[in-house]
Amino acid sequence: MKEMIKMVVVLTILSSFSGGLLAKLKDGTKDRIEMQELELVKGPAVRSIMEGATNDPVSDRFKITDGDVEHSIFVGVFESEPSVVALETFGSGYGDKVGVMIAVNVNDDKIVGLGVTTHKETPGLGGNAKDDPSFGAQFKGLTLGEPIKVTKDGGNINAIGGATITSRGVCSAATQAGTIYKNIKPQVVAKLKDFK
Amino acid sequence: MAKSIAQEFTKGLWNEIPPFRLVLGLCPVLGVTTSMENGIGMGLATTFVLLCSNILVSLLRSIIPAKVRIACFIIIIATFVIVVELMMQAYAYGLYQSLGVFIPLIVVNCIVLGRAEAFASKNSIIPSMADGLGIGIGFTMSLAALGAVREILGKGGLTIWKGIEINQIFGASYLPFDFMVQAPGAFIALGLMLCMMNLVGKK
Repeated sequence: MKEMIKMVVVLTILSSFSGGLLAKLKDGTKDRIEMQELELVKGPAVRSIMEGATNDPVSDRFKITDGDVEHSIFVGVFESEPSVVALETFGSGYGDKVGVMIAVNVNDDKIVGLGVTTHKETPGLGGNAKDDPSFGAQFKGLTLGEPIKVTKDGGNINAIGGATITSRGVCSAATQAGTIYKNIKPQVVAKLKDFK
Repeated sequence: MAKSIAQEFTKGLWNEIPPFRLVLGLCPVLGVTTSMENGIGMGLATTFVLLCSNILVSLLRSIIPAKVRIACFIIIIATFVIVVELMMQAYAYGLYQSLGVFIPLIVVNCIVLGRAEAFASKNSIIPSMADGLGIGIGFTMSLAALGAVREILGKGGLTIWKGIEINQIFGASYLPFDFMVQAPGAFIALGLMLCMMNLVGKK
C-alpha cells in the first residue's frame, strides 16, 4: 500500500512539473514561432499572390475574430487603395491538411490570387499545387463565396495530374474561405476604412 | 567495474557508438540522413535530450519507484523532446521543417531510454553526464558521417552548415546517384559503413 502511494505521488509530481514547464515554454516561444511561420511559410505565399502591391502585405496585417476563431488578414494596397485582403484556410489533402492563402478584392469579391502554404503532399504530384503556379492561377477572377470545384465534380478548376485529392482539398479550402469571408467582410471593410 | 569518467565518455565515441556498434536507433539514422546538415541537427537534438534526461534520471534514481520507472523515464524524456521541438520551431524553423516528424520521435528512440535504464538509473550524476554526452556525440558523428556519404554520392556536393558548401566534388561531369538520398541508399550506405567499422575494428 505504501509503495502504491509512493508510485502515485512520484508520477503525479513528475507529470505536473513537466506539464507546467512545457506550458510556460510554449507560451514563451509562441510569438517567435508565429513570426517564423509568417516569415518562412505564409510570407512568401502572401507576397507572391499580391504581386504589384505598393505596400508590404506581410507587415500590414490585422486579426479578426469570427465566432471563436481568429483569422489573420493581410492587406494589399493597389493603386493607393487598400482593396485586396488575403486569408488562410485549410482543406484536407492526401497527406495532411493543405494550407491555402487566398487574396480577394473587397470591391467585387473576385479572387486575385491563390497560393498553397503548408502541405505534406507527395513531391511531384500533389506538391505541384504549391510548385506549379499555373494551378493557382486558375482561381484568379472567380467569385469568392460561390462553391469552387474541380472539373470532375462539375466545377471549372482543372485538377493537377495524378493529384485529384489534393486539388479537391485546395478547392474545398477556397470554398471555405468564401464562407469565412462572407462572415467577416463587414469587419474587414470597417478595418480597411481606418487603414491610412 | 568502476570506470573513469573519461572512459564513460569515450566509450560512446567508438566502442559503443550507437548506430554502428550497437545497431540501435536506426529509424532516425536511416530517415534523416539525406544530408549532413540534417544529420548534425538531429544528432545535436538527441544529444541534448540524452544529456538532460540522464542528469535528471540520475538525480531522481533513488526517488523513482522501480515498478513505474519506465513511465517516469518516458515523462522526463518526452518533456525534453518537446523543449527541443519548441526551441527548434522558434529558432531554426528550416531545420524543423526538414526533420519533421523525427523530432517528436526522439521520445521513442531506444538509445535515450536505453541509457536512462541501463546507465543513469544505476550511476551517480557525473558519470551519467559523461555517458549521455559521449553517446550523444557518437550518435551525432554517426549521423553526420552517414549524411555526408549520402549527400556526396547522391548530390555530388556537401553543405556542412548554413552556407558553408562544397559543390561538385567530382567535377561538373559527375552524374549524382539519386537513389543514395532516397530510402534504399540509406540502407546501402549504412551497410557499407558497418562493414568498414568492422574491418577497422578487427585489427
